[in-house]
This record gives sequence, C-alpha cells and structure tokens, in this order.
Amino acid sequence: MNPTSLLKQAEEEQQRQQQLNLRVFLCYSTPCIAAGAEQVKTALESLIKEKQLNTELEIVATGCMGPCSRGPLLRIKPAEGEEQTYEKVTPEQAREILLHSIEQRPVETEALPADLPFFARQTRIVLSNNGEIDPEKIEHCIARGAYSALAHVLHEMSPEEVCNEIKNSGLRGRGGGGYPAGVKWNLVRKSPADRKYVVANGDEGDPGAYMDRTIMESDPHRVLEGMAIAGYAVGAEQGYIYVRGEYPLAAARLVKAIKAAERRGLLGSRVLGSNFNFRIDLRVGAGAFVCGEETALMTSIMGRRGQPVPRPPYPAQSGLWGYPTLINNVESFANVAPIMEKGADWFASFGTDKSKGTKVFALCGEVVNSGLIEVPMGISLRDIVFEIGGGLPDGGKFKAAQTGGPSGGCIPAEFLDTPVDYESLKELGSIMGSGGLIVMNETSCMPDVAKFFMEFCLDESCGKCVSCRVGTVEMYELLKRITDGSAMLTDLEILEELCELVQETSLCGLGMTAPNPVLNTLKYYRDEYLAHIENKSCPAGVCQLDQIPLMKLPEHAAERAVFKEER
Amino acid sequence: MTAQAMPSVPAEQSQQLRFQLIDKSLKKFQYQQDALIEVLHAAQETFGHLDEEILDYVSRQLKLPPSWVYGVATFYNFFTLDPQGEHICVVCMGTACYVKGAGEIVTKLEREFSVKDGDTTEDGQLTLMTARCLGNCSLAPMLTLDGEVLGKESAESTIAAIHTKATLTAAAKEKNA
Repeated sequence: MNPTSLLKQAEEEQQRQQQLNLRVFLCYSTPCIAAGAEQVKTALESLIKEKQLNTELEIVATGCMGPCSRGPLLRIKPAEGEEQTYEKVTPEQAREILLHSIEQRPVETEALPADLPFFARQTRIVLSNNGEIDPEKIEHCIARGAYSALAHVLHEMSPEEVCNEIKNSGLRGRGGGGYPAGVKWNLVRKSPADRKYVVANGDEGDPGAYMDRTIMESDPHRVLEGMAIAGYAVGAEQGYIYVRGEYPLAAARLVKAIKAAERRGLLGSRVLGSNFNFRIDLRVGAGAFVCGEETALMTSIMGRRGQPVPRPPYPAQSGLWGYPTLINNVESFANVAPIMEKGADWFASFGTDKSKGTKVFALCGEVVNSGLIEVPMGISLRDIVFEIGGGLPDGGKFKAAQTGGPSGGCIPAEFLDTPVDYESLKELGSIMGSGGLIVMNETSCMPDVAKFFMEFCLDESCGKCVSCRVGTVEMYELLKRITDGSAMLTDLEILEELCELVQETSLCGLGMTAPNPVLNTLKYYRDEYLAHIENKSCPAGVCQLDQIPLMKLPEHAAERAVFKEER
Repeated sequence: MTAQAMPSVPAEQSQQLRFQLIDKSLKKFQYQQDALIEVLHAAQETFGHLDEEILDYVSRQLKLPPSWVYGVATFYNFFTLDPQGEHICVVCMGTACYVKGAGEIVTKLEREFSVKDGDTTEDGQLTLMTARCLGNCSLAPMLTLDGEVLGKESAESTIAAIHTKATLTAAAKEKNA
C-alpha cells in the first residue's frame, strides 16, 4: 500500500458506511460483555436475519465507550437525524430500539440525554476512535484516518522534524513519570548504534487502572501507528509491545492488528512505499508488577527474571541487548498520531502550562458513573468526581481519591479543587501515575488502605535489593499491628523512619514509591492512625482491633525498650 | 488445548502430542534463549502447569541451565508448578474491588471450600487464586470463574456460581460416561 491507495481505501470505506441507513454500535468490551452485550448482539443479529436487513445496516462491535457501569451500551446512528445512546440494554429492548429506529417510529426505551456531563465534559484525543470502530477491522480504522499520519511523516518529514514536533507538543510520558517524550526521542535518535528498538509498555500493573488495556483493545492500530512513527523518528526497525498476561483479549487483538497491518504494507518492510522498515512483535508478560518498570520490562522481553537494573545507563543509551531503546507507555504512543496529524500547537492548546494534552483516567470505586474518561490536563478533581462521575452513590460522603496506585496516595476532600496535572498531584504527595482514580467514601479506613497497598508491594517486590524486600515486609507488619490493635505509639515512629529509609535506598521505582501511600495517608489522616493506636477504634468501622500490644511494659521499661534515641 | 480437550487419546500419546506443541513453539522462536518466557507460556497452556520434567525439557532444548529456567518460572506469578483444579476461581483484589469487599469474598470462599488462597481443594475440584487487578474495575468486586468474567459479585453469589459450575461438569461427565 502507498499513501494514495491508503487514502482511496479510506474514502471507499467511508462511502460504504454513508450508504447504510443505520449503523448500530454495540460496546463489546469486557465490562459490557459481562453485563450481557453478547446476548444483545445475538438478539440484534437474529432480528436482522429475520427481516433481511443486512444491506441496509450493520452492527459494529466496538471497543469501550466509556461509562462501563451503565453497560451494555448501544448507540444508534441513522443516516439522517441524531444519534442516540441507550444504557443497560436488554436483548428485548435492543430489538425494540432497532425495529423502531428502522421504521422511524419513536423508540420507547429512554435514551441517554445528549448533554450528559459524562460525555460533554470529556475531551477525546486518545479515545477518539473508541466506540466508533470495530477494533478487529482495519478498514474501520483506516476510514477514521489510521496510518495517514504515518504516511505523512514517512514521505514529508525528517526524523529530526518528527522528534522536534513531539518536543514542541509538550507530550509527557503517560506511564506516570511524566518525562518529556520529545527529549527521550531525541536522546535515542542521537545515540549512535547500528540497531535500535522501540518498546511500548503495556504492562499496566497498578490496581484500579485499565486505560492501557482499553486502548489496546479498542484501538490497537493507533498504538501500532504511534510506534511506527517513533521507529522512524529514532531510527529503529524493530518494535516490541509488552502486554500484561492478565489481558489476553488485548494481546489477541494486537496480534490480529499487526497481521492485518503487515498484510497491507502498513508495517513490515518498505512501509507505505517508503524505504522505512518496521516490524512489531508482541511479548506477553507473566504476571509481575515490577515489569512495569522500564529496565525490568526489558529484562523480561529478553526472557529473564524481570528484575530492574541500576540506571544510568538509561535505556536511551543502552537498553534491549545493549542497544539504544525508546520505551514509552502505550497511552503515550496513542497520542503520537494525532499530534502528527494536527500539529504540536493544536496538542499544546489543551492542558496546563507544564502538562499538555489530555489524560485518560479509569474512574472507579464509590462513584455513580464509573468507567473510562479522557479529560484535559488541569481539570479539577471536583469536576471529575462530581460532574463526570456524577458524585457518590447512595448519598455517600467523599473521603478521598486515590491516584497512582501503590506508588501514589490519597487526596482528601479539602484538595478537591486542585487541578489535575503532574506537578500539582506531586505537591499533594500523590502522583499522576498511569491513571487509576479510585473514589473512596467514609467507609474506607485509611490505615487499612495503606496496609492493602503495602501488602501489594511486599508481594510484588522482586527481591533484588534489601531495603525493598525487607522494608516492605516490616512496614506491612507495622501496619497490620496498627489495624489489628496491637500497635503502640512507638510503632508509628518506626514506621515513618522506615518509610524514609526505603524511599531513599531502593533501586527502582517500586521500592522508592512503596512508602508513598503510607506517608501520604499519615500526612492527611494522622488522626485515624492515632485513633487506632490510642483509642483502639476504627473511625470507618473496618478494622477489627481485637489484638492487644505484644508487650505492654510499664512505662519506664517501655522507654528503655526503645533504643532509638540512644542509638 | 487443555488436558480435558483430548479425552480419547491414550495418556502416553497425548503426552507426546503435548511435547510436540512445545516443540512447535520452540521452532517458532528458532530456539532463541530469549524466547524462554514465550515457550513457558506455550508449555503452561498445553499442560496446565509446569512440572520438573517440562522445565527440564525446556532447559535442554534452549541450552539454558535448569536453575535459570526454574528461576524464571518461579519469578512470574502466572506460571504455576502445581497441577490446577478442575475449576479455577480468580478473585480480583485490585483497589476498587478491595474497597468494595473482595477481601470478604475470599475469606468466605476459603471457609466454604476449606481451601487457602493459591491452593487447590483436596478433591482437585477448585483452585482459588487472587489477582492483583484484572482491569475491570467498573465491575467491582469482580472475579473470573474458568475464564468467565463475573461482575458485582457477593460471597454468596460466588459460592452459588461455583456450585452450579461443579454440578454442571459432573452432569456432563456422567452423560459422557
């Protein structure tokens, strides 16, 4: 395929779609399937067979549409007139909706209002194709402009120009670190080597985060296109996409997408009629959180134990098999094609001074509209939780929003108006992280949440460096004692000291950030910790507190038992 | 392909067939040592678990020290060295599921089936596992039963679902016999 035939195919497919009377979009992502999308699809298909309608309409099984708690979602797009979205559709309702829509009679099932804040307040760049295409059909993607940015880049831009465009756009790593992508790309481009690699990090391990899964499942070609553009920009001919073992559907769709793109000459050798060759291989992880760390991920791609190695040398100088490697998050790569298509200035017009563009969040926990959202950087937390999320269910009171998974922290209610960007969240002692946002109400106990994350870290610590391997276990034991009632005030001091130690002496991100949830909750919810220790009561009513301190010594003896000061 | 998928083939022959599937994967990656994880994935998919014989076979084929292969197989949570139960229940313990009561589901399942998290019941019927987030947070608390996603579960509904599943398989077996 060359750019002209790509354009031609896009136009042909667009025409075909326009000729249809009706297009039915059914969200066919995991949450909607679990809610019954499969049965809805069967019902619709049998109805079409019954009435012999195949020529007039098509059913598109799309990727995630967003409001997962309202699934199965069905969207009807007639050739003329307005499109309508229906929530929690049953097979019977689906039949009724389709029949009435075809016959242009009013539909009885109530549609979602068009100005629902959940949709109206979002800005969709990365997710713009979600809910519009069947991710397994490359024609749909091409009709929506997939690979046109790659064609433009290959034929009209030099690698240097591409890197500078990314730099000017202000795109920062979406995996959580927020390192400027353009700087990284330029570093790899300038590294002298006869072989280079591009790696997409799809090892999304943070509990409560599923942005990358959805992007890979709903629009795999966008990720592949971004990687190919990156390959051209840095001079790499081989790319790897590393997907978590827990995401079999994402892996399957990517394999299919890679094959389809290779068959059409959109990947492989002489991409789109240029001299650029680029192959992408899939690597499936095997369930290790630490593999989200870039050096650990690379050792895992090389078939070894996924343990991190000290940096420098950074992957940009010496990565896979010692060659310069560009490693970015899946969401970062998904931003590349729109930037190339619409320009750096357009992208930079979204967001704040230092954080440009949009961010995808997985909004879940105690919130009415849980699901996947994409918002411009700098939006306030209040807008996300109460406007888009629709507030807390059953009149619950907002207590905290957890961001950044086990490396982040809890943001209390008084900071609800903070703009969401890399710097502001860091100031609050949390991090942007990969984008999980979990809303908690009054029934969540903060020491218990901290214990939960510490258990996660101790389990996932790879064991390479002592401070992380031993430190997480000790911190967990202390938190366990706080939540079961056997802690003393001195334990709190030891805990804080340990947090600092582990933070400063660990090798990789896992250990360095493992104490964050503890430090952060200690900062904002210290009274809860004190209530557990001093009053033996859990304000949220979660902890049992049925143990007693291990050694309740007389006061003078207790003082001597803690040698902290003397040492 | 799992063990249950080939009931009519004699055990020895099926064993051979399965090793052939590993060979296929080895060939696909041209016996590259870097493809160890891919090969182990293929082996686990074929056998359901990785025992000493399989690990030894892979290490010899890839010319890697057995300790290296064992090290990788035990590092990753996904690989298991013990045979799995007939039904596998994976309870998600991600943050969203946890704050919505996944911990309670696990405790009650452990009590109901007298099995510990990560273990298989004595009769080999059920393996209970927890996962660190299966990425379906809007369905919290969620779990998978033999790969099927069940959302917004409670301890009682999960126990019921497992019993139904066990009865169904037992009935299907009887029918076959």
